[in-house]
Amino acid sequence: MLTQLLFRALDKKAIWLVFALVFIAIAIPVANLAIPEGNPLHLPNYMVPLLGKYLNYALLALALDLVWGYCGILSLGHAAFFALGAYAMGMYLMRQIGARGVYANPVLPDFMVFLNYKDLPWFWNGFDLWWFAFLMVLFVPGLLAFAFGWFAFRSRVTGVYLSIITQAMTYALLLAFFRNDLGLGGNNGLTDFKDILGFNVQAATTRAGLFAASALALALAVIICSAIVNSKLGKVMVAVRDAESRTRFLGWRPENVKLFAFVVSAVLAGIAGALYTPQVGIINPGEFDPANSIEAVIWVAVGGRGTLIGPIIGAVLVNAGKSIFTGAFPDFWLYCLGGLFIFVTLFMPKGIVGLFQKLRPRKGKEASSAAEAGEDPSTLPQSKPVPEPAE
Amino acid sequence: MATRILTLIAFLFAVAFAPLPALAQDDLAAEINALGPGSFADRTKAIDVLVATGDERVPPVLQALSDGNLYIRRSDGKVVIATKAAVGLQLTDPVDGADLGALPASELEKIKTNNGLRGRIRTAIGKLTLLSPDQPVRLAAAQSVLKNADPAMLELLDQAIAAETDPGIKSTMELARSVIVLKTDASVDDKRAAIDLVVAQNNRAAQTVLRNTLDTAPDELKPTIAAGIDSIGRTLAVWDVGQNLLYGISLSSVLLLAAIGLAITFGVMGVINMAHGEMVMLGAYTTYVTQLVIQSVAPGLMEYSLAFAVPAAFLITALIGIGIERGIIRWLYGRPLETLLATWGLSLVLQQLVRTIFGPTNKLVQPPTWMSGTFELWNLSFTWNRLWIIVFAIAVFIALQIILNRTPLGLQMRAVTQNRRMASAMGIRTPFVDAMTFGLGSGIAGMAGVALSQIDNVSPNLGQGYIIDSFMVVVFGGVGNLWGTLIGALSLGVANKFLEPYAGAVLAKIAILILIILFIQRRPRGLFALKGRAVES
Amino acid sequence: MTDKSGTMLYLNGVSVSFDGFKALNHLSIIVHPGEMLAIIGPNGAGKTTMMDIITGKTRPDDGEVYFDGRTDLTKLDEAQIANLGIGRKFQKPTVFESHTIWDNLVLALKKPRSVLAALLYAESAEDKARIEEILETVRLTARKDELAADLSHGQKQWLEIGMLLAQDPKLLLVDEPVAGMTDAETVETAKLLKDIARTRSVVVVEHDMSFVRELGTRVTCLAEGSVLAEGSLDQVSANPIVIERYLGR
Repeated sequence: MLTQLLFRALDKKAIWLVFALVFIAIAIPVANLAIPEGNPLHLPNYMVPLLGKYLNYALLALALDLVWGYCGILSLGHAAFFALGAYAMGMYLMRQIGARGVYANPVLPDFMVFLNYKDLPWFWNGFDLWWFAFLMVLFVPGLLAFAFGWFAFRSRVTGVYLSIITQAMTYALLLAFFRNDLGLGGNNGLTDFKDILGFNVQAATTRAGLFAASALALALAVIICSAIVNSKLGKVMVAVRDAESRTRFLGWRPENVKLFAFVVSAVLAGIAGALYTPQVGIINPGEFDPANSIEAVIWVAVGGRGTLIGPIIGAVLVNAGKSIFTGAFPDFWLYCLGGLFIFVTLFMPKGIVGLFQKLRPRKGKEASSAAEAGEDPSTLPQSKPVPEPAE
Repeated sequence: MATRILTLIAFLFAVAFAPLPALAQDDLAAEINALGPGSFADRTKAIDVLVATGDERVPPVLQALSDGNLYIRRSDGKVVIATKAAVGLQLTDPVDGADLGALPASELEKIKTNNGLRGRIRTAIGKLTLLSPDQPVRLAAAQSVLKNADPAMLELLDQAIAAETDPGIKSTMELARSVIVLKTDASVDDKRAAIDLVVAQNNRAAQTVLRNTLDTAPDELKPTIAAGIDSIGRTLAVWDVGQNLLYGISLSSVLLLAAIGLAITFGVMGVINMAHGEMVMLGAYTTYVTQLVIQSVAPGLMEYSLAFAVPAAFLITALIGIGIERGIIRWLYGRPLETLLATWGLSLVLQQLVRTIFGPTNKLVQPPTWMSGTFELWNLSFTWNRLWIIVFAIAVFIALQIILNRTPLGLQMRAVTQNRRMASAMGIRTPFVDAMTFGLGSGIAGMAGVALSQIDNVSPNLGQGYIIDSFMVVVFGGVGNLWGTLIGALSLGVANKFLEPYAGAVLAKIAILILIILFIQRRPRGLFALKGRAVES
Repeated sequence: MTDKSGTMLYLNGVSVSFDGFKALNHLSIIVHPGEMLAIIGPNGAGKTTMMDIITGKTRPDDGEVYFDGRTDLTKLDEAQIANLGIGRKFQKPTVFESHTIWDNLVLALKKPRSVLAALLYAESAEDKARIEEILETVRLTARKDELAADLSHGQKQWLEIGMLLAQDPKLLLVDEPVAGMTDAETVETAKLLKDIARTRSVVVVEHDMSFVRELGTRVTCLAEGSVLAEGSLDQVSANPIVIERYLGR
């Protein structure tokens, strides 16, 4: 059965995407390390972590798309899962500093010495072991998503109500992580990392390796998401998105379906965050900002939700645009971003992928397989017959 | 401390007695000049003469003498107050406080004092101030005595207490007297009586006094003092509840103002307006601009600038709101999640727009004098601006209830809330109602901005601080019911302020957020949810 | 009232009210195994509310609701009730519009409903044969790969009946199955339901009298939340109260 699951996952579209990601996982490090400077194909050092960051955002967007595009849950709190994964990785990196910190304390990170901690807080135990930390990267966001989803979906909190409480969740975490007595670095967060798995995080080779890891993680996530959305469970998810109560009368449990999607999505977001920390070199509570979550939503919307490639395209394009704009005209970036939100929701409800679909009209019978392959289902809420506001 | 009293007293005099007759001024100048020459005995006499005038300008001069800041100007023998300056000494006229320029120390001769003289001066100042006909002067003097607890003042204090008519000042004086008694080596019985007197005051100042004396008191009195501290503590605990309630209501009024416009748009139209906070922000900036205009056109009206700002903010934000509804939101009806995203984008644009026009820094909005300062009622203290915001919030709430329940527009809005299709079939122009509703909700947000400009920083980020809280209030209270919003705001505001003393501001906020998240999961439609089949769609 | 053992559906004294409005008022209805019951009645008689109560969407304020003579439905939620073997077709046809007709049936097919089972599910030859059979029954074989959104109103009604069949329920609740159908389609639907009723219990709510006559089964007339009259269609429609309150003169 598992082989069949995998087989289904690697349909034509997904497999191209996976190939492309594996290709850049090799090509970018080669362009950076093997091709000498001066060659037009050479990639400067600063570009590698930047591109890696885009791929981490793309993974976050893909995770968000799994719940929003396929399951109809607009989470405005996905930055929280991303940040929790990032913090778990940050804690591992902090423990790797060892006695090389400013205060040269072999056990306590600098900020703890500064804040007069005597002992390591209990939850920091184990983070010196890479396997434990990596497990926590998956476990902590997953657990939060499970606890939150278990309550929320069971009590049938849906639509904008759900969106608002997910936003409240990440806001509460933002406030909590700003506190020094949480033992996670407060305002400044975790930074000054030295090594990851014994390699210097600053070294070009390590950065190239982290980039490759980001690309491969994204490829793996594409396979996982593809397997899910192409399974019968994926069909149930779409059914829940379009007519939740109907699935109930067929004997399905939408709350369990949503919970599954939410937890998988949170874990993927956590992995994205974990890869983000060593490449950016810092993690602070600002990552919990509700604005970040909403920004991730727009990446998905720009690319095209309910598709696997859309969120990846959207995340990379919007963030590349952000890098260019904030460098060239810093004052205009927010106008662009804000305008993008309005423009996409008004004029491009299916995103960039939707535009391409329009250019290349669907060929009759192919419709079913296209819908299964994760192309945008033709019924967006827009085409619902009665446009009546939710009450 | 002495200099603070000095400045306070000088200020009071400057304010109250600036236009004194020239003759009196000359007399006083002559009498002050008499302090200069002669022996200590002559000086004592001169002091007595000054005190006998009862003039309010005398205490600062005497204080300066006591502090060694009174000098004779060698050139003309005039007595002046001098303080150290960058070069030499800075001179001030003792009578009218005029600046007399700086002189090198060699040009001046210090007027000498001794302990006896200083004691006399202290008593004299106390007499002039504690027995002054001016209430604020007496109060300041009583508080100063309480703080310094100088045993030498005891006799004078007794006189003052006997003469005092104002209960507030009298109680401060009595407190001061008891503190002095506890400090001296009076008999245990006297001290016990003094303690009883302090305990009878039953307020925070009394408790502090007892705490301070606990260590130095004779052992046999310690249990009495401890019991007194406890008994006052119990009373204060009750007052603390009252104070927290007051703070809670104050916070609630702010939440209500910020949330009520949102409740209308969300309730009637099912629209999540993420740019609602920016409407509040624009209202605050409207207040700023209104003040700028008034300042340049009619500065005399500054005191009433808010009266202009409220309608201006309402109109401007209401028009912007109608523009948003017509331009963006109406294309997204039936897609609440898309509306949420589009309005979020709009909020980014509006913030950046304000940042571009007004700059990223905080703008100063002048509070009118009737809104500044604090007042005390029993043991509760409160600021005027908070009180006015509560009043304003109540007024807005009542006005909205009237609009919704007594006007044709309100009737149409309620009809659309309950059954959009039916309302439309009955001939109600639902698009018009939608635009008006959105305008009304935005306009109220703008008015809230005027109020918030009085207690918060007017910056482009003003609105963001309120948006999540406002949503919590609306969602908690339940949609489509203004009373729900009121109850929601009250419960969240009061709960927040009651949790704060135990958990701290941030943890209290986190706790409230978690409680709401749990509450929504128990009652997904809020406190006052609409029931029946219509809701199910 | 009568003993509930041996019944398929047993409602006794069921009442429910919304904000003071009594939607159901001591309603008592019995359906036996393999029996078809047609329910008629004016708008607001409580027909849809009754279905809501049976399927767990609404909880009754008072009264008993038993399935198969022993299962208390008031304690279960929608999914549990559906999995017991009660299928429901809604008044407004609700199919999954962004899925193909085939996928709609796959989702309805009686199979384990757990998340893991759905994730690992693979269509067996047996399942395919069953779906083909249902497609044949509801006459949608030719359109099986099209999106459900593209179906006509009547075809959506049939697809929904097909989904009911795929669920393999013991009791079917069918709310206005022929609304928006042509006369020919109506006749076909009646035939289909009669076929189904040979092996299962069926409750049909309908306004269309000719369709009810076509069904030729026991009829219950509801009004204001309780039973007005029971019997054959002729008996019921001859009842003077029914004529006054529902059919009109």
